[in-house]
Amino acid sequence: MADVQPAEPALQHQFESMEQQKEASSLGMWVFLVTEILFFGGLFLTYTIYRWENARAFADASRHMDITLGTINTVVLIFSSLTMAMAVHSAETGRRRLLILFLIATMILGGVFLGIKAVEYTDHIQHHLFPGPGFRYPAGADAHGASLFFSLYFAMTGLHALHMIIGLGILTTLLLMARRGRFTAEYFTPVEVSGLYWHFVDIVWIFLFPLLYLIGRHLH
Amino acid sequence: MSAVVAPEPEPIEPRDNYLNAAYGVRSWLLTRDHKRIALLYLVSITFFFFLGGLFALLIRLELLTPAGDLVQAETYNKLFTMHGIVMIFFFLIPSIPAVLGNFFIPMMIGAKDLAFPRLNLLSWYIYIVGASFTMWAVVHGGVDTGWTFYTPYSSLYSNTHVVATAVGIFITGFSSILTGLNFLVTIHTMRAPGLTWFRLPLFVWSHYATSLIMVLGTPVIAVTVLLVGAERVLHLGIFDPSRGGDPILFQHLFWFYSHPAVYIMVLPAMGVVSEVVTTFSRKNIFGYKFVAFASIGIAVLGFLVWGHHMFVSGQSVYAGLVFSILSFLVAIPSAVKVFNWTATMYKGSISYRTPMLYAFGFIGLFTIGGLTGLFLATLGVNVHVHDTYFVIAHFHYIMVGGAIMGYLGGIHYWWPKISGKLYPEGWARFAALVVFIGFNLTFFPQFILGYLGMPRRYHAYPPEFQVLNVLSTAGASILGVGYILPMIYLAWSMRYGRNAPPNPWGSTGLEWQTPSPPPTENFKVPPIVTEDPYIYSHEEVEIVG
Repeated sequence: MADVQPAEPALQHQFESMEQQKEASSLGMWVFLVTEILFFGGLFLTYTIYRWENARAFADASRHMDITLGTINTVVLIFSSLTMAMAVHSAETGRRRLLILFLIATMILGGVFLGIKAVEYTDHIQHHLFPGPGFRYPAGADAHGASLFFSLYFAMTGLHALHMIIGLGILTTLLLMARRGRFTAEYFTPVEVSGLYWHFVDIVWIFLFPLLYLIGRHLH
Repeated sequence: MSAVVAPEPEPIEPRDNYLNAAYGVRSWLLTRDHKRIALLYLVSITFFFFLGGLFALLIRLELLTPAGDLVQAETYNKLFTMHGIVMIFFFLIPSIPAVLGNFFIPMMIGAKDLAFPRLNLLSWYIYIVGASFTMWAVVHGGVDTGWTFYTPYSSLYSNTHVVATAVGIFITGFSSILTGLNFLVTIHTMRAPGLTWFRLPLFVWSHYATSLIMVLGTPVIAVTVLLVGAERVLHLGIFDPSRGGDPILFQHLFWFYSHPAVYIMVLPAMGVVSEVVTTFSRKNIFGYKFVAFASIGIAVLGFLVWGHHMFVSGQSVYAGLVFSILSFLVAIPSAVKVFNWTATMYKGSISYRTPMLYAFGFIGLFTIGGLTGLFLATLGVNVHVHDTYFVIAHFHYIMVGGAIMGYLGGIHYWWPKISGKLYPEGWARFAALVVFIGFNLTFFPQFILGYLGMPRRYHAYPPEFQVLNVLSTAGASILGVGYILPMIYLAWSMRYGRNAPPNPWGSTGLEWQTPSPPPTENFKVPPIVTEDPYIYSHEEVEIVG
């Protein structure tokens, strides 16, 4: 297998030029994010319909959320998007040490988010708020509506957390590649498209936070 | 390096094409060549086609007699469920895109490969992993919910392997998503110099439309089956009416993908027909832009009609009205295609080769399937024939009469390019005729059965329906022979067939401007396109083979 090495080491054989390769990679990630929108879209649609049918119960159930932890997590995630953007910028300007630093910072912030989420989950489960046979809700309140709310809460935040975990896996790969000096100011497409993914996951949370934590605040 | 040792020294031939570039199992399982990946898909989906066919055979055998005497009702439920799941998710959805699209989209646009070759191979592995989960469920007793997984039966009551099957479908969905993504990016970024959008072959346009549906629809069914799984395993209760959930919402989410999925199956077949009709009529396609935009139109309108599956499910009458009107609209781009193919053939120099016979079959059967679709989109008629054999006949005219005819036509059309061999034309024409006769004998009686009121999904029926059911089962046996024949002679041709010239049909397509079989890099010199795709002269060209 005597492959002829192309002039650019990072250029894959199917492309004619680095510009074409970069265009394909970015478009690929954007199309993937469109599929992600549709994926979460099914959940947001379900949420919208059930909240419309059970407005009072959803607002009531939302008051079981820990708004402090939720707010902290929102800030943590927004901050992680900043460090991710800085990582992309460092790659673009060819500064490897800074790139590594910002990648690690993003990973730490992502880890903090997941840690806080785990604390919240534990708390909900201890208070019998996980839907199913163990679900307990105060007598007199609309347990059906609350069960739907918590079903959606666990499904949506759970899938979001899964996306965060996958994101941490991607960041780990980027970190290893960056340490081996695989990125240059000319070639940093993996950092760039991973950044798009990270921001997307962040934006999903920006929608989840008000829909799940803040809807009952104006009551009582 | 290769694990396979040849039993006797073969005559040394130049390693100049993708088939003999490397030997051994590893060179196939780790390949990134879109042509080899297409063949991996070809082998896998052929397996699932015959497995799904086996379930169909058992269904038809049970329905030979009015009494439910061959299998029990529960077994029958599993048979039609697994027939549907295997045929739809593991054969029809990947069929033309993953085999012919994978092989020919890069060649038709003058590229060396798809944009993401590794992702392409990954798609095949994802497909195999998903299929393994579903096969596990099949082997361990199957699943009985119907391929539609309607809740709350699937989420609460069925005692069969719903979760394993759902996981398999969830995983396989990603294979479909990634294939669609790969096609979209490839068509956008990898076209040869001079190959503008309106110089693209119509096969590429129809795959562009198909990819849009794969990318936009599949994630929704993914999350929906995930919720059904979560309901079974974690008891989340999102579709559980006893806890405030809405089972109708499941149907909405399910059909939001599964109706457009019909167009995932039939649009690529339309692309094949466009190529075949121009080649064997020796004429430019009539109304190129109309045919191209009709593909996009079908893809877009296809997303707005899902409610016509739910006219009697408890959706509001007004929603039914709107969905009914929107469903009628799909007939417009579909009819544009049928009329334009017909106009292309008008005064053309038609040769009745096998691919053209399949194209004729497609046009006729798709028209019947489409027109009966209009009956079903009519609210009042639908209530009468809902869940009867009329529906079964209608969608088999689209999926079997349409999609599989297109698939077989495409396989024959491009076989000389794929294998480098010519198939035996006499046998192939005979098989095409057998398929056509067998198909109509199987499914036309079902229109009448359904109109007379025979419901779907029962293993027994009143004796007065027997004559038509016997006809249908007889047709299914003939159809089975028609499907086995091509398998035999195509396999035979790989070893004993005559060598194919680069362009046996005298086609103007870019994929025919390479040797047969093509080299790994597709083109020795990257092509530059200066003309529209179907520039046929009126003079006779000798067709080889």
